[in-house]
Amino acid sequence: MNRRIRILIAKPGLDGHDRGAKIVARALSEAGMEVIYTGLHQTPERVVSAAVQESVDGIGLSILSGAHMTLIPKVLKLLKDKNSDDIFVFAGGIIPANDILKLKEMGVAEIFTPGAETTDIIDFVHRTVAREIRQ
Amino acid sequence: MFNFPCARWVPRALLRRNATRSNYTVALRDRGAEEQNDEVSGRQEVALVLAERILQGEIRAAARLMRDIDDGFKSAVEELKLLYPHTGNASIIGITGPSGAGKSTLVDQLTALYRRHEKKVGIVAVDPSSTFTGGAILGDRIRMNRHAEDAGVFIRSMATRGNLGGVSRATGDVVNVLDAMGTDVIIIETVGVGQDEIDIARMAHTTVVVMVPGLGDDIQAIKAGILEIGDVFVVNKADRDDADHTVHELTARLEMDPDKDRAWQPKVLKTVASRNIGIEELLGEIEEHGAYLHRSGMIRHLFEEKNARIFLELLKERLFAEVFGHLEVNGRFREIMEEMANRRKDPYSAVEEILAQRFGPLSGGSASESNPPVGARLGEEK
Ligand SMILES: Nc1nc2c(ncn2[C@@H]2O[C@H](COP(=O)(O)OP(=O)(O)OP(=O)(O)O)[C@@H](O)[C@H]2O)c(=O)[nH]1
Ligand SMILES: [Mg+2]
Repeated sequence: MNRRIRILIAKPGLDGHDRGAKIVARALSEAGMEVIYTGLHQTPERVVSAAVQESVDGIGLSILSGAHMTLIPKVLKLLKDKNSDDIFVFAGGIIPANDILKLKEMGVAEIFTPGAETTDIIDFVHRTVAREIRQ
Repeated sequence: MFNFPCARWVPRALLRRNATRSNYTVALRDRGAEEQNDEVSGRQEVALVLAERILQGEIRAAARLMRDIDDGFKSAVEELKLLYPHTGNASIIGITGPSGAGKSTLVDQLTALYRRHEKKVGIVAVDPSSTFTGGAILGDRIRMNRHAEDAGVFIRSMATRGNLGGVSRATGDVVNVLDAMGTDVIIIETVGVGQDEIDIARMAHTTVVVMVPGLGDDIQAIKAGILEIGDVFVVNKADRDDADHTVHELTARLEMDPDKDRAWQPKVLKTVASRNIGIEELLGEIEEHGAYLHRSGMIRHLFEEKNARIFLELLKERLFAEVFGHLEVNGRFREIMEEMANRRKDPYSAVEEILAQRFGPLSGGSASESNPPVGARLGEEK
């Protein structure tokens, strides 16, 4: 039997566009993963609780509202608090290079800016899951 | 579920790596090694970890075990053994109906109401929409995620993977984990009326069938199966004009049911899940059905049926894995195939020989007798 990759895709924050999130969700599912999609307007608390209950490998956050510097660190912190920081976090959205560096330092596994290919995201997830397994 | 011998002693990380190159034959080849190592390191030790943590209510441990169940890890069975004595206390409710009928929205509203009654709720949302690669987008949480932070609600999404033993087994195991954790009410959402859904409905104590207006005209076309599995019928989206018509049609169909004198007469209710209308009545009817099950002693009957079914399924599966696994490893399977190809061996004798080798002389002809064991007939009843 297979260990099947499970990823939670969430859309925290207030903006109302989830097209990008849905495209990523579809791409990952077509690559053979199980994607739990939680929809719009998720608080970091809900995202993390859902990720723990669903025992996912990683969380993908789609953030367009510009609130990435509050939302993403919050998710990372909650994961730590819940003893679940083995779940990796990646994000997509319009995020300035400076912030990308900071977020990666905080522990975000990868950030995808608009225009990223879904194949890159798929490869990233495969690589990250494989690395976790090796550890 | 049983054919992947991920040993309990293998560190979790290693275990995951093995799984990715999983393959029936590799798995069988590894089996010998696993058995030896079990002796050395004491199988109870690791097994106790998850089950004990689950009994203490640890969400993360429960989620982890659910994943092992879904991935068909053999170690999960050891944990489930330990949890089994703690199961049997939850009320199990099945919610089924066509795609988009509003099932998840109903589950969400019912959950809110159960929470007001201070019941702990577990939700298992089974989604059949898998891609040909085996992946899936599981979207039922979209309607329910407001409960994510509530420590009294545990939501789990499951895809219908081609699991050995079927999705109904994996679902049943996940339900048992929730049950052992002390969940009061477990709601299972499934789509449609396939065999999987009917199997899943059978593990519920109360099955709610959700319809929508417009389907009424089509009820003739709906498989009879769905009418038989329902204990409560709901016409959701009753904010639409033709809701009453559908209620009518459905009621009429239920009255034509040949089993109509049965002690429980399913009712047809109207709801508008998205506006939280009719939910109290629905919950009332579900509880009414629960009370009926206890009053009439039907609940014991349900448990007996369920137990027989699970036992017989497992027995079949294990016997098959046991016998066939052996044949595959020692090359006998290939030989038999060759012998059959050139007509030197017929399949009947081949099977009889194999069974005799494995279990000693057979009680002649038992396989062909027309008297199936109790549970074999359960398929036709609810
Ligand atoms: N008008 C109306 N819309 C509703 C009602 N209940 C749910 N909906 C809407 O119907 C759509 C589908 O609802 P879900 O709860 O996801 O339906 P479902 O049966 O769980 O769907 P699947 O899981 O995909 O099979 C959503 O847009 C809901 O908001 C209702 O009573 N009236
Ligand atoms: Mg649903």
